[in-house]
Formats: sequence, C-alpha cells, structure tokens
Amino acid sequence: CSLSSLPQILVSAPPQAEDQEIILCAIRTCSRLFGALLMRGELFAGKLPSEEESIQESCSAETKYKIWMRHRYNSCTNCLGELMGHKSFPVKETALGTLMKFTELEAKHPLVKNEWSFNFPRELLQVVVEGLIQTDQDSSLLISHFQEYMEQDDVRFFVMKAVAENLGSVMQKAKRAPFPIYQKNAFTLISSIIMPSEEGEIKNFLVKHANQEEWKVSKLKEHRRAFERMWLGFLKYKLPGSLYKKVLVILHDSILPHLNEPTLLMDFLTVAYDVGGAISLLALNGLFVLILQHNLEYPDFYTKLYSLLDPSIFHVKYRARFFRLLDMFLSSSHLPAYLVAAFAKRLSRLALTAPPDGLLIVIPFICNLLRRHPSCLVLIHKPNSLAEMSEDPYKMDEKEPLESKALESSLWEIKTLQKHYHPDVASAAAEINLPLSEMEQDLSETLELTAFEIFDRDIKKETKDVPLEYQQARGLFGKKDDIFAEYFSLE
Amino acid sequence: MHIFICLVVLLQKTFEKKNVYNLNEEEDLTHYGHSLADIEKLNDIVDSDSDTEEKGILSEELTASHFGGLLYKKNPAEQQNEEDKNPKSRKELVEELIAKSKWEKRERRTQRENTLELTEKLNSDWKEIQAFLLQRTSKSETQNQVQEKPKPDEYDMLVRELGFEMKMQPSDRMKTEEELAKEDQEKLLQLEADRLRRMNGDEQTESRKKPKHMSADDLADGFLLHKDDRPLLSYSSDKDDEDGKGKEEDSENKESEEESGTETEASNNPSERDANEETIVGKMLSKGKRLIERRNAVKEAAQLELPYLFAAPESYEQLQSLMLGRTTEEQMHVIERIRKTNHPSLAVGNKAKLEKLFGFLLEYVGELARKEPPELKTVDKLVVILFELCQMFPKAASNHMKLLLQDATHSMEEIIEEKGLLAFPELDMLLYLKIITVLFPTSDFWHPVVTPSLVYMSQLLTKCAVRTEQDVVKGLLVCCLFLEYTSMSQRFVPELVNFLLGILHLAVPNNEVQGYTLLPPFASLRKHSNLLVVCEKSGTETWQKQNISLHILSRSKGKSKIEMNNLRLSCVALCLDLVKRCAVLYRELPSFHEITDPIRMLLSSFIPRSVKYPVQLQELYDTVLEKLDVCRQYDPLVCEKRKPVPLKLYTPKIVKLLEFGRKQGSSRLEQERKRLIHKHRRELKGAVREIRRDNQFLAKMQLAEIVDRDSERKRKVKQLFQNLAQQEGDWKATKRKKF
Repeated sequence: CSLSSLPQILVSAPPQAEDQEIILCAIRTCSRLFGALLMRGELFAGKLPSEEESIQESCSAETKYKIWMRHRYNSCTNCLGELMGHKSFPVKETALGTLMKFTELEAKHPLVKNEWSFNFPRELLQVVVEGLIQTDQDSSLLISHFQEYMEQDDVRFFVMKAVAENLGSVMQKAKRAPFPIYQKNAFTLISSIIMPSEEGEIKNFLVKHANQEEWKVSKLKEHRRAFERMWLGFLKYKLPGSLYKKVLVILHDSILPHLNEPTLLMDFLTVAYDVGGAISLLALNGLFVLILQHNLEYPDFYTKLYSLLDPSIFHVKYRARFFRLLDMFLSSSHLPAYLVAAFAKRLSRLALTAPPDGLLIVIPFICNLLRRHPSCLVLIHKPNSLAEMSEDPYKMDEKEPLESKALESSLWEIKTLQKHYHPDVASAAAEINLPLSEMEQDLSETLELTAFEIFDRDIKKETKDVPLEYQQARGLFGKKDDIFAEYFSLE
Repeated sequence: MHIFICLVVLLQKTFEKKNVYNLNEEEDLTHYGHSLADIEKLNDIVDSDSDTEEKGILSEELTASHFGGLLYKKNPAEQQNEEDKNPKSRKELVEELIAKSKWEKRERRTQRENTLELTEKLNSDWKEIQAFLLQRTSKSETQNQVQEKPKPDEYDMLVRELGFEMKMQPSDRMKTEEELAKEDQEKLLQLEADRLRRMNGDEQTESRKKPKHMSADDLADGFLLHKDDRPLLSYSSDKDDEDGKGKEEDSENKESEEESGTETEASNNPSERDANEETIVGKMLSKGKRLIERRNAVKEAAQLELPYLFAAPESYEQLQSLMLGRTTEEQMHVIERIRKTNHPSLAVGNKAKLEKLFGFLLEYVGELARKEPPELKTVDKLVVILFELCQMFPKAASNHMKLLLQDATHSMEEIIEEKGLLAFPELDMLLYLKIITVLFPTSDFWHPVVTPSLVYMSQLLTKCAVRTEQDVVKGLLVCCLFLEYTSMSQRFVPELVNFLLGILHLAVPNNEVQGYTLLPPFASLRKHSNLLVVCEKSGTETWQKQNISLHILSRSKGKSKIEMNNLRLSCVALCLDLVKRCAVLYRELPSFHEITDPIRMLLSSFIPRSVKYPVQLQELYDTVLEKLDVCRQYDPLVCEKRKPVPLKLYTPKIVKLLEFGRKQGSSRLEQERKRLIHKHRRELKGAVREIRRDNQFLAKMQLAEIVDRDSERKRKVKQLFQNLAQQEGDWKATKRKKF
C-alpha cells in the first residue's frame, strides 16, 4: 500500500534539489492525512500493542486497521524528527511545522488514555526538541522559527522539561568528547525562552482544559522550577569560552530573576569570577545581584575587584558595563579611604595607556570617587607636605589595596593627561586643578561613548572659520624640521 | 676704393639675407638701401629685378597661404569652406594672381627707375658741394675742441650734476590681485589663441612681420608706400664713418671671405633668377610642399604643447582625463592654468569651481598614491597647489578634508563591526593625514580638521592588526604623524607609547611578556609575535641606516631575505628613534617614568641579550636608554584656590511693565512696535511743545523789543516837546522882555 511506503519516501529520498520538492510534498501529504485521521479519531488510542501481536490478536478489523495506522503514524513522526536535521531549510521548517501541528491535534484528541485529565503529548515534543538541538549543525534559524510556538505557556513549559531531559541524556554521553555545537544550539534555544514574571501572565495555552487553574502548567512556581532545572542542567557542564561569556552576559538579567533559588548559581559565579579577564568582569554582574539581593558573603571581594583592574579594561567590549558596576560597588560611603584611594590611583595609572574614549569615562569617574570620599581629596590636594619624593610611593604591583600606599601619592597621571592631545580629555583632566565641585558628574552618557562617536562629535562641530597653516608649503615633506624627511623617502 | 669695398660687403649682406626668404629681415634691406644707388653707378651689380621678383613670388605664396594654399591638398572640410567663400575655380585664381603680381612688378620697376634717376642727379650735385663742407666742418670741430677744453666751470658742473641727478620717480601703483589675475588670464588667453590657431594649422604670417608704421596721414585706403624697396638718400661721408668703425672691428680674414661669398652669390644669382622666371609655378609647388611640412611640424608641436586655457573640471573624471599621460611638470602647468583662467576675481562662479578643484585634486592625490608604484613626486608638487588653494578657501578645503576623514572612519567602523580587527589603510589615507599637517596648524587646542584626524589616527594605532612588515611600517608612519601633530604643542599620546612598545616587543625573540602588558592590537599576536626578529646574520652586516621608501607600502611582497632583514632592522631603528623623540617630548610630564617604564624595562632586559644588532643600531639603542633615564622629582599636587563665590542676593526681579491698562499678551515684536509708536508720539508731542515754547519766547522777546522801542520813541517825543515848550517859553519870555 502507498500509505506504508510514505515514511520510506520521507527518509530514503536523496537530498537533491528536485527531490526536495518530493520530500516537501510527502510531508504535506502526511500532514494532511494524519491530521485528518487524528481529527476523526481513526488512530488507535491507548497502549499500543506491537504490529505482529495485533495481527495475531483476535479483534475487529477496524481495531487492527487503527493499530496499523497508529504504527504508521509513529514511524512518520520519527521520520519528521529526522528530517529536522535535513540539509535544506524548507524541509526542516515544514517538518517542524507538521510536528507542531500533530502536537496540537494530539493534545486535543489524546492518543493516550490516562487517568488524570491533563494531557499533553510530551513524547512528540521530545522529538521536536531533539530535532532542534542538533549535535552536528547550527540550528539557530530553526530555533528562531520555533519561537512563536513557545509563546504558548504549556508548550514552553514542556519544552523546558524536554530540554532538561535531553541535556541530561546527551551530555552524559558526551562526557569525553564535548559537543560545542550541541551546547551552542542548546544555549540558543534556552536563552530564547522568555519567562513570565507573574502568574497572571500565564493564560495562553495550546490545549484548553476544563479546570485549567489546577493544572500545574498554570503555576508560575512550576515554570520556575522547570526553568531552574533546565539551566542548572546546562551550566553543570564545562562551557567553551565564548559561550561562557554569553551566558554571563544574560545571567543577571534573564536568568537570575526567574530562578526559585538564585543562590544555586553561586558556585557557578564564584568559579567564573576566579577565571580572570573578561569572564571575571562579566561574572561581577551576577555576583552583584547575589550580594545585593540574596545576602551572599564574598570574602575579599574588593581585593579581587582591585586585581581585576588592568590595562585591558579600556579595550574590552564590556567596558561600559564594568564601569557601571564598579561605580556601583564604590558608591558606598562606608568604604575605607585607603581602598577608594587605591582604586582611584590604580585607575589613573591605567589611564596612562587608555584611548580617548576610555579616558573620557575614567577621568570623571575618578573625580566622582574623590567627591564621594572627601578624605581621598589628598590625592589631588596636599598643601602642607614639603617633602619632595624621588619616586611615586604608590605600588602598582601590590595586590592588597591596603598595602599600596595610595594615600601617600598624588594623581600625577591626571596632571599628565592635561597634556593629552584630545581637547575634551585635556579639559576633563584639568578639573583637578581647582577644588572639585560638589555635584557628581553624570557618567551615563559617556559610558557608552565610542571612539567613533567622539570622532563624529568632533567633525560635526560647526566653526566659523578654519585656522590655516601660515608656513608656505614646499612639498609633502617640505616643512621645517619635518620628521618624515628624516625617516622616509619619496623614491 | 675704400668705399667700394665697404659697399660690396654691405651688398653681400643684403644678398645673403635675401636669398633666404626671410621676410623679417626686409627692413635690413631698407636700412642699407641707400647703397643701391651707388651700386647702380658701379655697373649695376645688383639686379633689383631679381629682388622684386622673389618678392613677388613670396607674396604670391603668402597670399596663396592666406587662401589656404592652392597647389597642395588640404583637408576636405577646410577646402569646402573656402570654396564656399570663393566660387572661382582654382585655375582662374592662379592666373589672376600671376597677372596681378606681374602688374605690380612692372609698376614698381618704373617707380624705382624714376627715383634712381633723381638720386643720381642729386648725388652729382652734392659731390660738388661736399668738398667744401668737409673741410669746413673738420676745421671748426678742431677749433671747438681747443676752445672747450679749459672751459669746465665749477658752477656749470654743479648745475649739470643737479640737472642730471636721479630724481625720485613716482613709482607705479602696485597692481592689485585682480589686475594681476586679469593680466595672467589675458596672457593665457593670448597664448591659448595662438596655440589653437597653430593647432588648426593656420600659419602665422601677418603677425610675424613687425607691425608696420602707420602714418598719421594714413587714409587706410590701401595705398602703400613700399619703403622696403626705396633706397634712402644718404651721404657717402656718413657711410664712410660707419663702415670705418665696422671695419676696424672686423678682421681681414673675414673680409676676404665675405668678398668671396659675394662673388659666388653673384654668380649664382642670375641663374637662379632665370630659373625662377621660367618655372614660377613649379617653384611654388615645391615651396608649397615645404610649407606643408613646416606647417605639419608646427601642428605637431602645438599638439604636444599644452593648451593655455582650461575650463575647470566639473567632475573628477574630467580632471583625470586632463592629467592622463602628462608628465609631472605638465600636470602642474595644467593646474596652474586652470587656476589662472578661473581666478575668483574674474567671474562669479569661479570660486565654486576652484573649491571643487580642491576636492578633485585631493582625490587625484589619492589615486596617485594608490598607483603601482605611487607617483609621489607628483603628489609632492601637488601639495604646494593644495596649500595655495587651501589658503584661498579654508572653509571648503576643511570640508573636503573632513569628508575624507569621515568616509575613512565610517568604513573602518563598518569593518570593525563585521570582523573585529582591521587592516591599516593604504598609502593614500596616510598621505592625506600628512597633507593635513601641511595645510592646517596642528598645534591648536581644538581644530575642526586636526582634532578628528587625531582621533582617527588613534583608532589606527589601537584597532589595526599588525601582521606584516608593511603593517609595521605603516604603523610607524602613523606614529611619525602623531609626533608631528603633537611636537609643537607637546601633547601626550598614550596610543603612541603603547604602539612603540608593541613594535619593540615584536623585535624580541622570546614570547613571554614580563613586567609590562601589551594592549590591542598587540594583545593577541600569536604567530606574528616574532615579526621583527632578525633571524639570520645575513642582513645585519649589510644594513645601513637609511630612509625607508614609501614605495614599500604599495609594493607587493617578494623580496629577498636580506632585504627583509634590512627592512626589519630599519623598522627597529625607526622605532628606537621615535622612542627617543617621545622621551625628549614627554620629559616634562609629571608621570614620565610611569609612561616609559614598560619600554625601558623591555629595552634594558631583552634586546641586548637576544640579538646582535649592527653597531649603528647599538649606539642608537644606548642613546635611547640614556634619554629614558631621567630623574624626576614628584611634587605633591596642590589645588589652586577657587575664587570665593559671592553670596546670592535676593533682590527682587524687576519686570518692566511697558504700558499699563493695555493688553500685555501680544508678542514681543508687537509690543516693541507699540512701544516705539508710543515713544514716537510722545517725542513728537514734546517736540511740538518745545517749538511752541520757543515761539512764545521769541514773541515775548519781540514784544519787549517793540515796547522798548516805543518807550524810547515816547521819551524822545517828550523831549522834543519839552524842548519846544522851553523854546516857546524862552521865546515868550524874550517877547515879554521886549514888551
């Protein structure tokens, strides 16, 4: 019969352009056929006996037909699951769409007769999730298409559960050889989950039930638990560097608030904070949330923070974020003066190698620190000390802020930067020449400033007249004392 | 005899010149023409006919050439044109011409014979008188000389001296720029017209002759006195003198040579003349050919020569086509001429045109720099022009520069968003940055062009990957630019120090970073970390400190190992030199030590151990270390005292109420207008009142005057009456006495 060969067509069709059309046609046919069968209830419901058994068993021909049809349906869904790994995107997409259609129909016309009244075709969703998180190819596009189904709360809920299960089974297998692609796909899927923040928001369901409120799917707490289990399952395994950063970037914002127990992530964050470099910087944000809202005690937090300050902070992508956090950590007026002074001095030392966009952040930042902690003003104003020093008393290599002798030093670096080539930087640095004003400067604008924006700002500034060089030009290298003429030649 | 020789020489000269058909020298003939008369007497050596005949031919040819040449082919277009004008056939024309010339010849001959006869007569008359005259003049002269010698009087001398003394001449007014430009343009116009005409193949005939003298009595009726043919009347004594002088100078040899020359010529002449007479047409043909040749040569020359007038290019492609295939100098001429023909004082739109030209030239500089190999010499020359244009239009020039920078930065931004690290720009952009230093003052605190370009360069030094030696050279070039930008103003550039540190790190073989941190673009070097390490000894011996050619930047790879090593060494040397400059420049900065610490550490601990550098480089290295070791005192910072801020005073804010009882809500302008009207009315009233008061005052004064006058009159009348009464009284008294 042609029906029995349909799934075979689906699988065995060689992946070529013209066959793609055939596959698509086959998928559509299956979709229509089994869709109609599901609606009419012409598939066997309940515990499915094996094919051989059903033939031998003595039951009506109709039942036999239903059982046989059910077997065809099962093999069809399996095929569709496999087709989600097909090369061509339209096939994947259609397969996904068909599977989700089946899911919907199955939920309305359950194939499993069970006692309790809340039905959901979890097996089918498991197949879908497996198809979405592939181990060998990037499926981000497919996942973005899947997004619309996840708007439904019950689908999302069961997807989270399915992902957690899938992660457990796959990663267990992959202990020796990790699947970076699999992890990436999994991350794409789970990071695209948008959690509801209130219970009242949960009302969009794929399957409607009579007493919906009693169903656990409509409980926010259950959602959160599923979410938590999924993420913990994901973070349990070692992540590649880039994925590590990506997780940390969204952690504080879209993961932590939706957990039942955020402190569970503490270990993950402390480990990340100790990694160093950009990962540490990013872990700060999550740690901050934990410290602030969940009473996390972190010993030597400031010492660690102090050691995070190195020249690269001006060049990393997350500069603005880091400075915003640093500002927050140092905003407390109860911090000891030596600590703040050490931070200010270290930042100003680092400013000696910073690009102009970084300088426009760090100089006002230091000024703000001094304003907040007037006891640190000695850094820029030390009127009564006559002793001239032969070198800067501040010790840059010292790990402990207490030992760095920052309070004995002065901010000569800022003084140096008054000679900076960029006028904005120079005038920002010139602020320490006079006693600082009371008001703190607003950093929010400068934090996101890039060098290109500085350039645009400079070049769009309107001027009345343009000053000109008065020395008569004598050629490309014709200036008096031209440096170029000394080192380069035109020949 | 003496005279005779002299005459022969002279004649010969005239002949030489006549044999060549040189029209320009015809005046020579007139100048010496007076001799012809004498020659006539001496058995007629000169046949003036030959002279005239040649002339005739020449003029025919000339006229022929005026008509575009009759006997040789012309390009059809031209021919057609001319045929349109003169419908006569060619043959007719030729005949006409010949007839005409013959007629002219005859006419002239008769005229000349007449004059010759007359002069002969005059000469013979003169000879008779001459003897007397000569004796007398010589005598009187000697007498005069004797008398004059003791004469010079002091007073006279003084007077003369004063008379001849240089007096301050009123100098001409300096020409204004517009006038100069106008003159320039006129000159170019003239030259261009010339060139165009020559390019089209028009022989210059009329203008080549010296302009003829036009008498005031000239009626412009076409009547011409043939001065050239007419021999001047002259006195042999004058001639004698002149020739005598000439002869003293000439050597004997020359004379003899000349004599022989005349002889040969004399023998040649008649035959030539015959030939001329026989085959005029043939001669014309051959001459025509020669003319064509000459013309073609001129044509070619004109084509090679640059045009003198250029329209300002409207698009970059136009400029490109103007510049294509020209040498540097020619290009400069072209641009110079464009500038002159489009001087802003000449027409209204020229300013915009030249402003555009600036942009095109900039673009052109870029193109030259992108060529393989780059034509930097031309760029070098162009810079001067750019500078001058920039002086004329600072605003436009700065806008063009800004646009360039903006484009470069935006493309950089896009690439960075896609890839992360980017490559150094090509030579053209680097040259633009250099040109900015030529055009604009780089020491300004803020400058509309310089400041953005500094930001741009900072981006180059922090975001561009250093992967090849060429990248290193480019980076060092940007470093040089930075130094040049900031050397005057002594400003601090953190990126520069970072970059130099990174470059030096590339020259150190071991990869570990100790005691200093590398920043982007050196933070992630991986396989390029030994880029400047000189691996073999092969290069080090041959290395000489020399300027790095900019051509390296555009040349593709494929150099020998030695060359590569040399380049590496040059880079290291340049880098060290720049470090030295930085050290000198930043010495005064309070945190000089902190700035240069990484470099000092790198230099002192790694370089001498690892590599055997040539001596020259070693020396440089030592001096750099020396420069870096500067002791500095650290003085604690002290804030200046802020001026006390005056207390805020709570004085009420006074709002001026303009008018009471009227609408206040109208707009400011309206209010102002009303206020002014009101004020005007009030002023008017006041003025009227004043005038009225004045009038009253005047009337009062007048009245007082009248009253005064009246009272005076009354008093006088009274007095009169009194007098009269008294008189009458007296009279009555006397009368009473009588009675």
